[in-house]
Amino acid sequence: MAGLMVGFGHYTHAIVRGIPASLAKEALRSSQSEVDVVNARREHEAYVEVLGTRLGLEVVELPADESLPDCVFVEDAAVVCGDTALITRPGAESRRRETEAMKGALKDLNLNIVEMTDENATLDGGDVLFTGREFFVGLSKRTNQRGAEILADAFKDYAVSTVPVLEGLHLKSFCSMGGPGLIVIGSSEPAQKALKIMQQMSDHRYDKLTVPDDLAANCIYMNLPNKGHVLLHPTAEEFPESVKVFEKLKDHMLIPVSNMEKVKVDGALTCCSVLINKKGNI
Amino acid sequence: MTTESGTDSEAKQPQENKETEKAKAAAEPTSPQNQPEQLPAAAGHSTPARTEQERQEEDLVSHRSSTSRLSRSPLRGVKKVKIMQCKVTLLDGSDFTLNVEKRAKGQVLFDKICDHLNLLERDYFGITCRDVENQKNWLDPSKELKKQIRTGPWNFAFNVKFYPPDPSQLTEDITRYYLCLQLRDDVVSGRLPCSFATHTVLGSYTVQSELGDYDPEELGSDYISELRFAPNQTKELEEKVMELHKTYKGMTPAEAEMHFLENAKKLSMYGVDLHHAKLVGSLYECLAPAEGEDSEGVEIMLGVCSSGLLIYRDRLRINRFAWPKILKISYKRNNFYIKIRPGEFEQFESTIGFKLPNHRAAKRLWKVCVEHHTFFRLVSPDAPPKKFLSLGSKFRYSGRTQAQTRRASSQIIRPAPLFERSSSKRYNMSRSLDGAPIMENHETLMKDSAADGAAKVIAKGDIITTVTTEKKAEEEKAEQEDAQMDAVEMPEPMATTPLRQDTKTDSEQTDFAFDGEMTATESDADEDSEMRTQTQDEKPAGEGTKEEVEPKVTEAAGYLVKYVVDSIATDLATSSGPHGISLSTTMDDDVFMDGTLREVDEKTPDSQEEVSERAEMKVSPGAVRQEVSQAISDKKGTLIILKEAEDKVDTEGKETSAADEEEAPVVPGEAEAGENEMLSKEKEYIKEDMSVVLEAKTTVVKTQSPTMEIKTDDMTQIKGSGSPKKAMASWISEGVKTDASEVIGVSTKQVKEMKTFDAMQQKAEIFTFVKEVQTEQSKSSLTQITVSESSSTSLSVSTLGWVSSSEKASAEPEERAVVATETEAAPVESTGPTSLDAVEVGTKEMPVVHTETKTITYESAEVDTNGDVDPGVLLSAQTITSETSSTTTTTHITKTVKGGISETRIEKRIVITGDTDIDHDQALAQAIKEAKEQHPDMSVTKVVVHKETEITPEDGED
Repeated sequence: MAGLMVGFGHYTHAIVRGIPASLAKEALRSSQSEVDVVNARREHEAYVEVLGTRLGLEVVELPADESLPDCVFVEDAAVVCGDTALITRPGAESRRRETEAMKGALKDLNLNIVEMTDENATLDGGDVLFTGREFFVGLSKRTNQRGAEILADAFKDYAVSTVPVLEGLHLKSFCSMGGPGLIVIGSSEPAQKALKIMQQMSDHRYDKLTVPDDLAANCIYMNLPNKGHVLLHPTAEEFPESVKVFEKLKDHMLIPVSNMEKVKVDGALTCCSVLINKKGNI
Repeated sequence: MTTESGTDSEAKQPQENKETEKAKAAAEPTSPQNQPEQLPAAAGHSTPARTEQERQEEDLVSHRSSTSRLSRSPLRGVKKVKIMQCKVTLLDGSDFTLNVEKRAKGQVLFDKICDHLNLLERDYFGITCRDVENQKNWLDPSKELKKQIRTGPWNFAFNVKFYPPDPSQLTEDITRYYLCLQLRDDVVSGRLPCSFATHTVLGSYTVQSELGDYDPEELGSDYISELRFAPNQTKELEEKVMELHKTYKGMTPAEAEMHFLENAKKLSMYGVDLHHAKLVGSLYECLAPAEGEDSEGVEIMLGVCSSGLLIYRDRLRINRFAWPKILKISYKRNNFYIKIRPGEFEQFESTIGFKLPNHRAAKRLWKVCVEHHTFFRLVSPDAPPKKFLSLGSKFRYSGRTQAQTRRASSQIIRPAPLFERSSSKRYNMSRSLDGAPIMENHETLMKDSAADGAAKVIAKGDIITTVTTEKKAEEEKAEQEDAQMDAVEMPEPMATTPLRQDTKTDSEQTDFAFDGEMTATESDADEDSEMRTQTQDEKPAGEGTKEEVEPKVTEAAGYLVKYVVDSIATDLATSSGPHGISLSTTMDDDVFMDGTLREVDEKTPDSQEEVSERAEMKVSPGAVRQEVSQAISDKKGTLIILKEAEDKVDTEGKETSAADEEEAPVVPGEAEAGENEMLSKEKEYIKEDMSVVLEAKTTVVKTQSPTMEIKTDDMTQIKGSGSPKKAMASWISEGVKTDASEVIGVSTKQVKEMKTFDAMQQKAEIFTFVKEVQTEQSKSSLTQITVSESSSTSLSVSTLGWVSSSEKASAEPEERAVVATETEAAPVESTGPTSLDAVEVGTKEMPVVHTETKTITYESAEVDTNGDVDPGVLLSAQTITSETSSTTTTTHITKTVKGGISETRIEKRIVITGDTDIDHDQALAQAIKEAKEQHPDMSVTKVVVHKETEITPEDGED
């Protein structure tokens, strides 16, 4: 039976991208910190392995591009929902070309490609929270109203609500989905405020899982055959208090994934992959 | 009347009911007796219940059927049933033609359609019609159809009004089927946007439901392009649909529809009714603005749905207010306000304003909100006050709530009806789509059409005239009064525009009264007071405080004021400029309106303070009116009202103190008046109504702006105003007001078909008011009298014309007789205007008397003017005289039938007592012009001008 909006968290494919050496020095970052590319690459390998080997997703790995120091953060280059992929226009000018490889990969997966050609529009995938029932788009330094409008146009089935992002890089810098109807949210005031706005804007009810650290609130949820609820979350090493909270999720398969290096350039777990569900699609 | 056989639409109808349906389809279109109240619906009749005379007159009537009105009285045995043919576009795109009685309420039509559709779970559905702006409006089932149709043919559409959030909870498949049809139209028209994938899925279920299993042999390979699935349908889409269709083998239509709905209901715009608006003010905290952007004036869309109010900017949802979050909804003129419960981050309630394209749009939005809230949130429309959406206006959702309809439909015991799902016309490729994209609601904007209280009243006045005109040959004189009353009751525009909505029921009046300040509140405490307050202060916010301060006062004031306000456009304009404006705009053919307009023009520029002042003193604003009208509609005793009024006067007192004193005694007396007097009184009222119309004209011609000011201010001001003319003006206007107030009372009453008893009470009120006014006048008279005495001029304009099909001459002799009768009637009423004058005289000074005397003289002269006489059967004759110290207006209306042709003659005599400065020529021209405007169907055949100089020899006017 064909059905829409079913199977939130069902994924079959993941697109990832390698880490260029230029990441260490040239990648954008909000704080001054030294990044060890080797560590970062090791970290990323582990991440990809979880997706491919442990979770069984078909992983498409795009080669790193030295001229695109941030290219590992593929999430910002595309928003995929159902069989439609929106190729974004990243807010940071230096990252615009990241979309080219992404577009190719998505085309190869036979997705319907929608491109954001409007020069006034900017949108980073990191500002897009898809809950399974609707989109929230953070209006941030990287994403503007026009970008959100185009996203709304690309995914007409869903309500697209805008949420001001007053602090942090992206909307998903302090939240993500932890399950169907479950929003993982940081405990900072801006995060809580954003959650309130989202709750107000929504016709649906969401449970919330508040974690002490905003950054720990960025997790990857999947619902996979034979595995059920899966949650990739930061390690206890980084966020011990937050991990205690995750551990309360009894129904979830919890997979700690280290992100210590990438976080230095504002990379969170969701940033490093684009997840796609090809099976349920028409 | 041509009627369609109904086969067309029937084809789409459930097969199982075919026989019944056929019978109905065949019968209904032709069965005129769709008058629910009087005749039981006898299916199968053709052309039955029409009265004899009506048939006889059919020739004459037919073209004016839309324009003409039959006077009907519940009291009379003979009923004339006007049958209107309605064309209803059903959800499958077919047209269903049926006849209903013209006076039928929306419910009648709705029930007939539902019967035709074999639909039991009806509460989710409704009837829409397009207004002049091509906006869809929901018919109010509790109101008469004719009052809800502004212009044009009676074309409707049957639609889903409340989209059930969970269609699987509907009891019957047939209900889901119709919901599917609606949604398919929503999708194809673009109102319900969805992705390609969704188009495919929905389309595939549609195909399965309509065509059954995929069968290449039977269906062919191109079967799918016959159907419409999307606004921009592509071959690719069709192929995908077909692909899916193949996989559905064995799925029943009902199952397919269930799947369809399960998918459709998840769409974000499912069941969202969109309205264009703009933000008022900067509302950063409520909305998520784009960076560095001022939200003021931003174009947005307001979406009303089952869960609350959604706010969109372009396609983005920028805010959402769930019903529980909304404390109050209101609208005022073009603005729509919601008052929001304070959230976690806010300390105070906030009010958010939106600017709608026009007043009607604001009202429409408000109504839709009220209805959705009630339907989806409340257990029953009469839910306990806490939960109740209490409204300032009379309007509320009167149907069943979702909870109730679910309960009711759980009782449905019939076997699931079989029905045929044939491919709906609507979705055929060949058919042009009528749906528009999202914006549909407001394609045409900005016509400031407004229906307003004053307008209505005026219309009524107008109507009265008209009605008299159209009396039927059979009517007997004895019935005249009744007829007149009826006329009021069934106001029909005489103008060529047939089905306009101008004439409102009282309930509509109520609405209008509220205009500015309709409020829907969840917290009961504030509402009432707020509504009141709102009128006066434009700002929605901060009303709260005022509430408690002066509830009673306001109320009381309301009563007195109310009549004035409602009835007189001029007054309205004065008290609340904005209202007046919109009103006037709406009613194009009314003299009053014109007057209002002009006045407004002049007034609007005035400082707001002035306006508000007036509002407080004389006419406390709309809010008060609301209550009054509500009270009336609720049939509360008038006495109570009066009492309140007194209180009010006392409180406010300064100006009116004298008035109160008079008032109090008078009121009781009147209320006690015997029933016998009723008739005569009524008669008089009617007369007065007429005269009001006339007088209004006069006022317009001469005195518009000055009047306002004088009224507003105290007596002192009048004196100060120096110009005698001004003073006069005020006089006149006041007189007009008085009359007008009466009109309102009467008409309201009649519309409601209140009992005589009630009527009496109302009259009492009216009188009271009159007296009050007069008292005021007396005060001012000092200054004025002198003026008026100096010279008096009278204009008499007689309008003679014919209504579209009929033309005749009137019978003079009869008229005279009538006149005599009337004269008698007048004395009977101690409270009549005349008597008031007398009172005045007593209270005041001599000069007034003089003026009146002159008026009389003119009347007699007028009788002569009627000169051209044709013998015929006099159907009706009526003379209406109203006098104030400064003006006297006499209207003769005669209706005669001669050789099957009926003629209506209206003669209006306006006597203006005034000062030398009056430009008679201009006044005359104006009077003629307005007479024409008022009765576009008639022509002016005679104008007689008398000028008379009074005692003071100084005026050399001509």
